[in-house]
Amino acid sequence: MVVVNAFGDGIGPVLDALRDPAFLHALQLTVTAVVIAVPLNTVFGVVCALALVRRGSDRGSWLLNSAIGLPLALSPVVVGLSLVLVYGRDGWLGSWLVANGIPVVFSTPGIVLATVFVTLPFVVREVVPVLREIGSDQEEVSWTLGAGPAQTFRRITLPAIRWGVAYGVVLTTARALGEYGAVAVVSGRLAGKTETLTIHVDEQYLRFNEVAAYTTSLVLALLAVLTLVALSVLQPRHEKEVSDVDRRQPGVEALR
Amino acid sequence: MAASLGGGLGAFWAEISSPAAVAALELTFALSLLVVTVNAVTGTLIAWVLVRDDFRGKSLVNALIDLPFALPTIVAGLTLLAVYGPRSPLGVNVSYTRTAIVLALLFVTLPFVVRSVQPVLLELDREMEQAAASLGAGPATTFRRIVLPNLLPAVLSGAALSFGKAVGEFGSVVLISGNIPFSTEVASVHIYKAIESGEQEAAAAVSVVLLVLSLAILVGADVLERRSRRHDA
Repeated sequence: MVVVNAFGDGIGPVLDALRDPAFLHALQLTVTAVVIAVPLNTVFGVVCALALVRRGSDRGSWLLNSAIGLPLALSPVVVGLSLVLVYGRDGWLGSWLVANGIPVVFSTPGIVLATVFVTLPFVVREVVPVLREIGSDQEEVSWTLGAGPAQTFRRITLPAIRWGVAYGVVLTTARALGEYGAVAVVSGRLAGKTETLTIHVDEQYLRFNEVAAYTTSLVLALLAVLTLVALSVLQPRHEKEVSDVDRRQPGVEALR
Repeated sequence: MAASLGGGLGAFWAEISSPAAVAALELTFALSLLVVTVNAVTGTLIAWVLVRDDFRGKSLVNALIDLPFALPTIVAGLTLLAVYGPRSPLGVNVSYTRTAIVLALLFVTLPFVVRSVQPVLLELDREMEQAAASLGAGPATTFRRIVLPNLLPAVLSGAALSFGKAVGEFGSVVLISGNIPFSTEVASVHIYKAIESGEQEAAAAVSVVLLVLSLAILVGADVLERRSRRHDA
């Protein structure tokens, strides 16, 4: 349907839409947000997952777990509003930031912040079950053999969780690309300045540039399809990671 | 939250009891509950078919279930508009109606119950059902008394996630519903409009109400889920 409407007037308008500076800027802005948010949340996600699983269930980890689930439970508009209230011109941190020349709301940092926040949970949630499942035996063996924490992480833990991380990264990227509500509130929606791809779709539609709106949607939809493909490829391997209890070598048992 | 109380408790009450706000909240919760109920049933059915049946294109259908997760909400909204709006190829025009909102919400919440029930169904021990059958129970009875109690926690947790998503949904609804106050304006749109017109306190106030009510329902769902686990075979 999107394809039909995009190409409704022929291929010319579609190419024009893709060459529109506003579209290109929106593309660049969206990619910037994704490129910052994904690695950040991947690192944060793995660290958090380790903290949650290895620490056991005390009050602190319950709090952390709930805080991480928050972006999933909140309406995107409410997320945007919270960011504006905190970082806006009259906000708690905002008043100081703006006075010192660091605008957050209505500019790129705000958009990046919103994107980072809404994509917070995904890597954590995919890695936690894997970490739980594999247990810490192999890591403990590694320590007793004299390996430092970094070495242990790099050679034992990371390979064990890689499919969970990969799956989480794909989810994070998809969500970052597709975020609309939170960014719509925070960005101010200025064409060529603070529009992401998703906002561009809406703006073009509201200005009756249907071809432009559908073309941008097509781009986003294709990315979504790519996401689905990546997810279905990664899923069986991720499942195996989570349910593979026979990873322990017989030797480990003997060392206990 | 602090901002919403900025104007004092009296202003808070005025803002959240404004007729438009109340209408938006009522609409949001009513439609979300409807959608979640439909989802609980259809989601379980879909999960059942995906786990128990085999048909051509099954892996494609399975992958497509995740589409609402992967697709930006605004694109979903635009597509809905294209298919069910003024220029619908099917001749169906539900723009500016509540039906449109329901359709949008059904789409974006589809995966939650399915994905919640699927792993449980996969793990389910078929022996229980076979035992029931050998004792003379028909398929309906077996489903009702053996399978369903085991699935219920997963259905409820999926339903809770659906509800949370539906209540806050913005992008897919904002285009096709027309956002007419008292008629097709959902809470998230109401809050958005308040922000855009500079009424941050009003927006914050309604947000707080939305959060508190959603939290109450989610806690309720969690209690139900725990209860249903206790009857686990």
